[in-house]
Amino acid sequence: MSYSACVEASGIRGPSLQSAGSTDRTPESSIGRCLQTNTKSGNRRVTGESPAARRHRGDSSRMSAMLQLPLVVTAQVDLVLVLVSLLALWTRLSRLSYPNAVVFDEVYYGQFVSLYMKRVFFIDDSGPPLGHMILALGAYLGGFDGNFVWNRIGAEYPSSVSVWSLRVLPALCGALCVPLVYLLTLELRFSHLSALGAAVLLLLENSLIVQSRFMLLESVLIFLVLLAFFSYLRFHNAPTSSWFRYVWLLLSGVSCAAAIGVKYMGLFSYLLLLGVAFLHTWNLVGDQSVSHVSPIEAAGLLVCLLVVPVLLYVFWFYLHLSLLNRSGPHDQLMSSAFQASLQGGLSRITQGQPLEVAYGSQVTLRSSASQLIPCWLHSHKANYPVRYENGRGSSHQQQVTCYPFKDVNNWWIIKHPGRQELVVDTPPRPVRHGDVIQLVHGMTSRFLNSHDVAAPMSPHAQEVSGYVDFNVSMPAQNLWKVDISNREAESEVWKTILSEVRLVHVNTSAVLKLSGVSLPEWGFRQLEVVAEKLFKAHGSSLGWNVEEHRYGTSQEPKEREAELHSPTHIDVDRKISFWAKFLELQWKMLAVKQEESEHKYSSAPLEWITMETNIAYWLHATTNAQIHLIGNPVSWGVANLSLLAYQLLAAVYMLRRRRGFKDLPDAVWDQFVCLGCVCVGGWVVNFVPFLLMEKTLFLYHYLPALCYLYLLSPALLEHTHTHLLRLRLTSSVPAAGCSVEETFCPLTYGSPELSANQLRGLRWRDTWDILYRRR
Amino acid sequence: MFSFLMAKEECISQRNKTEHSSILRNRKNIPTSLKTSQAPFTSVSKDKISQTAGHSSEDDNQSSNGSSAQLFTRRHGESPVKVLLLLVVGLSFSTRLYKITEPPHVCWDETHFGKMGSYYINRTFFFDVHPPLGKMLIGLAGYMTGYDGTFPFIKPGDKYEQQNYWGMRGFCAVLGSFLPIFAYLIVLELSQSHTAAFITAILLIFDTGCITISQYILLDPILMFFIMAAVLSMVKFNQQRYRPFTASWWFWLVLTGVNLAGAFGVKFVGLFVILLVGLNTIWDLWRLLGDLSLSLVDVAKHFLARVVGLILLPLFLYVTVFAVHFVVLNKSGPGDGFFSSAFQSRLMGNNLYNASMPEYLAYGSTITVKNLRIAGGYLHSHWHLYPEGVGSRQQQVTAYSHKDYNNLWLVHRQDDNNSQSGSPDLVRHGDIIRLEHKETTRNLHSHLHEAPLTKKHFQVTGYGINGTGDTNDLWQLEVCGGRKGDLVKVLRSKVRFLHRATGCVLYSSGKTLPKWGWEQVEVTCSPYLKETPSSQWNIEDHINPKLPNISLSVLKPHFLEILLESHIVMIRGNSGLKPKDNEMNSKPWHWPINYQGLRFSGVNETEYRVYLLGNPVVWWLNLASLGLYLIMVAVASVTIQRGFSLGPKRIEQSQVLMRGGGLLLLGWLLHYAPFYTMGRVLYYHHYFPAMLFSSMLTGITVDILLNSADLILQPPYSDWMQRVGQMVLLLSVLYSFYLFHPLSYGMTGPLAHEPGSAMAGLKWMDSWEF
Repeated sequence: MSYSACVEASGIRGPSLQSAGSTDRTPESSIGRCLQTNTKSGNRRVTGESPAARRHRGDSSRMSAMLQLPLVVTAQVDLVLVLVSLLALWTRLSRLSYPNAVVFDEVYYGQFVSLYMKRVFFIDDSGPPLGHMILALGAYLGGFDGNFVWNRIGAEYPSSVSVWSLRVLPALCGALCVPLVYLLTLELRFSHLSALGAAVLLLLENSLIVQSRFMLLESVLIFLVLLAFFSYLRFHNAPTSSWFRYVWLLLSGVSCAAAIGVKYMGLFSYLLLLGVAFLHTWNLVGDQSVSHVSPIEAAGLLVCLLVVPVLLYVFWFYLHLSLLNRSGPHDQLMSSAFQASLQGGLSRITQGQPLEVAYGSQVTLRSSASQLIPCWLHSHKANYPVRYENGRGSSHQQQVTCYPFKDVNNWWIIKHPGRQELVVDTPPRPVRHGDVIQLVHGMTSRFLNSHDVAAPMSPHAQEVSGYVDFNVSMPAQNLWKVDISNREAESEVWKTILSEVRLVHVNTSAVLKLSGVSLPEWGFRQLEVVAEKLFKAHGSSLGWNVEEHRYGTSQEPKEREAELHSPTHIDVDRKISFWAKFLELQWKMLAVKQEESEHKYSSAPLEWITMETNIAYWLHATTNAQIHLIGNPVSWGVANLSLLAYQLLAAVYMLRRRRGFKDLPDAVWDQFVCLGCVCVGGWVVNFVPFLLMEKTLFLYHYLPALCYLYLLSPALLEHTHTHLLRLRLTSSVPAAGCSVEETFCPLTYGSPELSANQLRGLRWRDTWDILYRRR
Repeated sequence: MFSFLMAKEECISQRNKTEHSSILRNRKNIPTSLKTSQAPFTSVSKDKISQTAGHSSEDDNQSSNGSSAQLFTRRHGESPVKVLLLLVVGLSFSTRLYKITEPPHVCWDETHFGKMGSYYINRTFFFDVHPPLGKMLIGLAGYMTGYDGTFPFIKPGDKYEQQNYWGMRGFCAVLGSFLPIFAYLIVLELSQSHTAAFITAILLIFDTGCITISQYILLDPILMFFIMAAVLSMVKFNQQRYRPFTASWWFWLVLTGVNLAGAFGVKFVGLFVILLVGLNTIWDLWRLLGDLSLSLVDVAKHFLARVVGLILLPLFLYVTVFAVHFVVLNKSGPGDGFFSSAFQSRLMGNNLYNASMPEYLAYGSTITVKNLRIAGGYLHSHWHLYPEGVGSRQQQVTAYSHKDYNNLWLVHRQDDNNSQSGSPDLVRHGDIIRLEHKETTRNLHSHLHEAPLTKKHFQVTGYGINGTGDTNDLWQLEVCGGRKGDLVKVLRSKVRFLHRATGCVLYSSGKTLPKWGWEQVEVTCSPYLKETPSSQWNIEDHINPKLPNISLSVLKPHFLEILLESHIVMIRGNSGLKPKDNEMNSKPWHWPINYQGLRFSGVNETEYRVYLLGNPVVWWLNLASLGLYLIMVAVASVTIQRGFSLGPKRIEQSQVLMRGGGLLLLGWLLHYAPFYTMGRVLYYHHYFPAMLFSSMLTGITVDILLNSADLILQPPYSDWMQRVGQMVLLLSVLYSFYLFHPLSYGMTGPLAHEPGSAMAGLKWMDSWEF
């Protein structure tokens, strides 16, 4: 604890140091003041200061006025801050490329990094793209070419992959969290000693070290969230006259946007920050001494905390979409128009297709249902079974389904009801909104038909079939009206890809619809297509669009089959606007629900508080060396204790205040409330939402919430010490924390290797899964 | 306009009454003509003034119209107020009871709740996801009106024929008719404005949705009756705050408690109103704590009174309801299998009632094995395999709550397959056995594959054929707390099955399998050997013709055990109601915008159709008012925070807006927001409790908005505008009710999208299905 009292006391420097451009300060006065405050450094500086009296930490260096001679540079360096920063860098960055193997979720993020390197489009529902982009940036700087298959945890990296550069950005963020909590505690108006305490707690937290040292996103998220709060409090504590403080506000908005861009969880911290800002503004409104709330202040808050984050959030997507311009494995989730905008995807097929659908066109019809699986209207040479399993009858006509793969049986030909030709006239006669057409299946020449027979899986809807005339007084009902739902004019032409069409059955006014149910074995597990009465049906499962399209030229069935088998080709680039792409992508990311199942190391939120659970991140291929996500039990306990203590204390204070006992001066009370808002509030917003989520959750989801508790603990201790009782157990906690941290070090860094007995000794809780290798 | 005369009148009469009450503080009795002397008192804390129903006459004079009204009211005394209330009562009852017996067939969920009412009349035990009070009341109503409980209520659309079903419907409709009346009284209490109260009542009376949902044998009208009654008594109780511990204070407190118990006893949704009352009470206690004129002992008294009235009393009543439920239903029925063996033994007709079976488990017996976890099922298997990708593709083994022949297992020695002749050997603690599924002849089997849901456990399957399997089929049977050689007592021994090959223990995780597992409960083999009820089982049925049957008395469970057990079963049942894939399910955001209704009866043109859908004018007005309310509160609170001086009228308006409106907004939020976090299947009718709060908020908001017309207009014009606004509101609600009433009272003929229909042109949203 060797820091200069002068530095500590710098926190209570008088107003003479406050303004950013202060020019009249000579070295003598600065030193003199420092010496002067040195004498009373014993009394904590917490009480009753105005925000204006506190700015500029010791680490900032400052120039005195250039014009004044002699030219003197006064630099103040908070050695403690430097020390913890160095320690943080050392714990997070040393031997970063060990283990030289894929560790836990690196296998997940790695695939996206590879896709970025190859600029191949993907969609990840776990969060917005900024986090992936940051990881990809590291890989890019390290010269990673994307040629590594991330297929299993524990796979060795080849020498061509710079593991260090993959991991350095998250590690750096993780390391910077430590000085940041130091500064944040100071901004909350607690002493340097508390700040040091918070920094040490964070520094010695095994789980944070583990999470920072690999290509994972939590440390980035924590860093950004802390930065947002730090810079907001900087802004708030700065004197109102200063213009520079708006830079801090802007920084706060930017880091909020970045935090949300890394993980959706950042949103909750952002909302908390907005809440705090709102409270501050609200108090300002009620402050009668402020003659009028300056419009600049209001506008600044509005722009920096609302407009900028929203714009930046969109900007992350802009970057994402402009980086990823090639088609890839997730293309099929997106609409045809979106796919067509990607290089080499659908555009390879659809380029140069005729735009206007005409009589005689050969088309594939894709359902616009926003489901995980895309599918195309399909038919094949198989009939509905005469009787279903449950005893209901069918028409026994040819099956019509929706098929999730490209297939020659997905081709349909558009036919004019009054004419026999299946070729396109010259010039082509386009199909318009409201026209009545027939659809002929390309390979089997059956007409798309519907009738008053219950559909196989959805008995309330009508069956759709390829019409087979069994001579059983069941006439063909194969006329369909084209209803373009996104039309701009009443007589709009049906356009490839762009038009979303409903096919309305003329006889029964039912609409062709993808029901989304899989057919049983007889239907080859393809998806059911039905005709639904219009008044019941709504939503995207009604829409169809033409994806592949060409003008048919062959009248004879045999020729036509050959024609259908031949690939389509040609080239024109179809553009859709960025906004359309952004909205579609965002919607898909929120709507796509992957089937969640329990993971071996997944856990429930309530287990996190007591750390019932751990996660094995990596196990050496041959030895017992292993890396686990396990928190430091001492600091974990301290955190829980302080959370409890704060709530208890707050309850007692509030009840007593209500009865008219004022235990604390108003300024201290405000400080106490502010601490609770930020730290306990931060814990709540980062923890409670998980209780309501039906997702697979892991221990690492708790880390952001935990960091708030580490901020809380020393500050609360200081508060207790100053205002309630004077105890001296401060030093024992870091000591204990440090020794426990040492104990778990082998599981944090994955070396040295421990024997099975040693590992068994580290299993402090029965519920922890620590791996032993049987030899 | 009429309502304004009332408003004035009420004040006068109230004031006259209050002259005689003794405990009033800070209040003089002012003759109505002395307006000026009243003015100082409006600035006194509103809490204290509003304790009497009347409020400052200044406002009333501003808001009400001219001298003729005063003359009118003075001359006629109290009667117009009563007329207004009577009007609400009359309209409410007549709209709800009109055509109550139509359609004469089972509609929608009547098939459940009617059936359950019949169960009470027949005293047959059943299981439902809701607490029993609502169904008990339905059964009681049916019983009182001569329904004999014989109608089977099999499916919607069944004709009632000669059954006396009108009593049950009528009972629900009567309770539903109280809703507008309660709403009227609540709003009156909160805003002291008859106009606001009347607007609310009109909105609810002429809402087609409220009418429809009140007219059938459903739990919702009963639930909403208790919710509204609880809110009303809470509000009344709040008004008694300046005469604590008087008779009327206690009366309203107890009444609140009773209604809370009622609401929670009908559906768990009642929890939300308990929260509302709880928050209100906390706020009230906080206020009392801050009142330094009260000693801490007084505060403690207040606190204890509320604990008794709002926690202990409802709890007692709630438990009593369950006690009645268990006493009344003493015959075996469809719900038996959900409960433990001990519970079943008290149901007449159950095979465990006065059970008689071989006392000790023997080889060759046919048994059912029940998990000891509360609401754990029977060990079950069936002819279906685990799907691809879930462990190995062998036969599923699950836990299943219903009694079923697929729950039967045969007990074999590890080596031989055939049961020997002569008297069979008994199974002892530590024996190694094989369990063969009787129906499919597969053995209970486990191996080192991940279980389908609990990945830390191993998968349990059915394996082999005709009882021939492999060494992974062997299980060591252990009696908990037993020693080597102990016999296994049927029903009474707790046993565990330890897998020989892997050392894990047969375990029921309580997680529901997805559709491929028929939504039955997962069974795994747990490597963690801790003794928990999840890994303990008992032998329930035991069939062995070679052994003598002995009459067994099973330890009767304690009432609290049954209570806990039935709650866990209910909660599990509730969360198990997952939406089906091919069902169009309703989302919470659909509800306030009246996006889509529910079909109560009839689908096509020839059938008698009833469609549950709110009156769109009312619902959209509610939605708009919510936004309006937020804006008005924001404006009001900013002005107050900024310290602008406002006239007494404005101050009072903002008080009503923030206190009364805030309470209602909280009620709306509590009854609406939680649905966003629910995983179970949701329906449109879940919104109705929230809709009641929303309508009351509309009443207050619109009234204050119209009252604020003088902000922009000069006095005579502002009064006109106010009255025009009220008339437009009233007429548009009435007219829209005229347009949409066939939704509630039934319609036949062509559907709405055809021109000949009664509803032609009224399908304002594509998603409506009538």
